[in-house]
Amino acid sequence: MAFDSLSAFIAMEGHGPYVWTCYGVFFLLLAGLMVWSRHRRSVMMEACRRNYERQDQGQQRAAKPAATFTRVEVSQD
Amino acid sequence: MWQLFHKLGSPKWFYGIATRLMPWLLVGGALLLLAGIVWGLAFAPKDYLQGNSYRIIFIHVPTAFLAQSVYIMMAVAAVVTLVWRMKLADVFVKAVAPVGLVLTFLALFTGAVWGKPTWGTWWIWDARLTSMLILLFLYGGVIALDRAINDEKSAARAVAVLVLVGVVNIPIIKYSVEWWNTLHQPATFKLTEKPSMPAEMWVPLLLSVLGLYLIFGWLACLRMQTEIIAREQRTRWVKDLVMAGRH
Repeated sequence: MAFDSLSAFIAMEGHGPYVWTCYGVFFLLLAGLMVWSRHRRSVMMEACRRNYERQDQGQQRAAKPAATFTRVEVSQD
Repeated sequence: MWQLFHKLGSPKWFYGIATRLMPWLLVGGALLLLAGIVWGLAFAPKDYLQGNSYRIIFIHVPTAFLAQSVYIMMAVAAVVTLVWRMKLADVFVKAVAPVGLVLTFLALFTGAVWGKPTWGTWWIWDARLTSMLILLFLYGGVIALDRAINDEKSAARAVAVLVLVGVVNIPIIKYSVEWWNTLHQPATFKLTEKPSMPAEMWVPLLLSVLGLYLIFGWLACLRMQTEIIAREQRTRWVKDLVMAGRH
């Protein structure tokens, strides 16, 4: 250890505020960037998944016509 | 050789490799970075001239170093984009530009806070500081230019040209401390010489630089995956990947 006590470690002989500000901002921004980047990927995946589901539903609907000669399946209200 | 080149350019192949690499990059990077920082903060000896404020070096040098190497990597990718039209190279440039911006900001911020107790000022229009500020604007410019152009191919080319024009700034940053008589101290690490600090100072510094490199690798993989999903969402393999729910 380069310091005798925890309080000396925090004070850093008067340079504590400078040193700890730097480390605080560093970890905040780095962690923020990492969390944000992860979040962006899951949002992107979720958006794509919803898109695919909508497309698949659209295809099913197209395969099954809304009306035939015998039955109308379009909602009437 | 050409086969490997095409394989490297395949988004699907890259996505798989990135998924396998990422846990190693994250764990390795976090361990190295934390080891370097704890060692540097609590165990490395005090600097005889600057006292304890020098402990900022253990994050200042890694961020400044990475900020510049990320730009060099982007420039290499820009050449690949312009010459071979490789999609993955452009994906890389877009994915890492915001990371470069944050790293450059951190280098400037930690430098300013370090400057106050050491030089007596937060900021000075010194060659090293000014060229780093230009690097920050270059990253901002790359991001803005990419957002401003809707067409993917035109955006890729315009961004690549901007990145290549800006690369002239990198040697200016590197040699600014030698060309001009500046307040900023010269480089800590040189490839040709032994570091002038004792090992108890430069070993933790080296650890945190390597750690941040690995964390950057993780971020680059993750952000490239996001960009690949966005661009390739019409392909069968992305649909299978997304619907399987596996990342």
